[in-house]
Amino acid sequence: MSFNVIMFYLFSAMILVFSFMSITTRRILRAAVYLLFVLIATAGLYFLLQYQFMAAVQLTLYAGGIVVLIIFSILLTHHISHRFKHPDITKLIMGVSVAVIGSGITIYTILTYPFQTSTVAEMPATMENIGTQLLGTEKNGYVLPFELISILLLAAMVAAIIIAKKEKNKNSEI
Amino acid sequence: MIEGIPIQHFLIVSTLMFFIGICGFIIRRNLITILMAVELILNSVNINFVIFNRYLYPDQLQGHFFAIFVVGIAAAEASVAIALIINIYRKLKNIDVENVNELKF
Repeated sequence: MSFNVIMFYLFSAMILVFSFMSITTRRILRAAVYLLFVLIATAGLYFLLQYQFMAAVQLTLYAGGIVVLIIFSILLTHHISHRFKHPDITKLIMGVSVAVIGSGITIYTILTYPFQTSTVAEMPATMENIGTQLLGTEKNGYVLPFELISILLLAAMVAAIIIAKKEKNKNSEI
Repeated sequence: MIEGIPIQHFLIVSTLMFFIGICGFIIRRNLITILMAVELILNSVNINFVIFNRYLYPDQLQGHFFAIFVVGIAAAEASVAIALIINIYRKLKNIDVENVNELKF
């Protein structure tokens, strides 16, 4: 058993265990920290697949950015010692049954579908390839989604500032 | 591809992660934990993109790029969602989903 395989099962176990704990824990800050562990283990999977740039994006944007944003919003809206109530029993039954039935069907489909693993030469995900394709306009160029996502990010930034800004009018009860 | 690991193992991991996210989306009441469940779902979809690229079409980088775009969209979505959550908290002093319908008018 090579080291790659051991690391894969280690990361997979981390992902599954911590994502389960993240949705079942009753303390919200712990849920955020478990989410952080899930995201780091996912970055480890990307490193195993030799997509170093993707792993770096995962670590900086998800583990660095989004988790910090979530933790800040938790600190703004909750007491640290706050504990959730247990979920409703009907919601619990519904959620677990949806998850079990859906994952059962999907895993059955995955295990019966004949995947044809390709053996052609790999294109290495080097920075040079990523850069030329991300800004390329010919075949295999991704400049259009790149520009679209830049507009989306600008719109989201403006929207976040406008929504979260305090209202200035005198009648507000804040 | 990684020697010794079939594609099905990766897909099973991402499927289980996706449905754990769905389950959390349904059973949680708090808006921030629902947002965390959505992040889990997006993350599992990202794993799927990257795995299909690496195992089935390794001569291209399509899945890799789409995973990067999904990360960007997830960042935009998280920032807008957290701005909304903080605004709701200012108005209601509480961010449970049952109370959000008070914003209707």
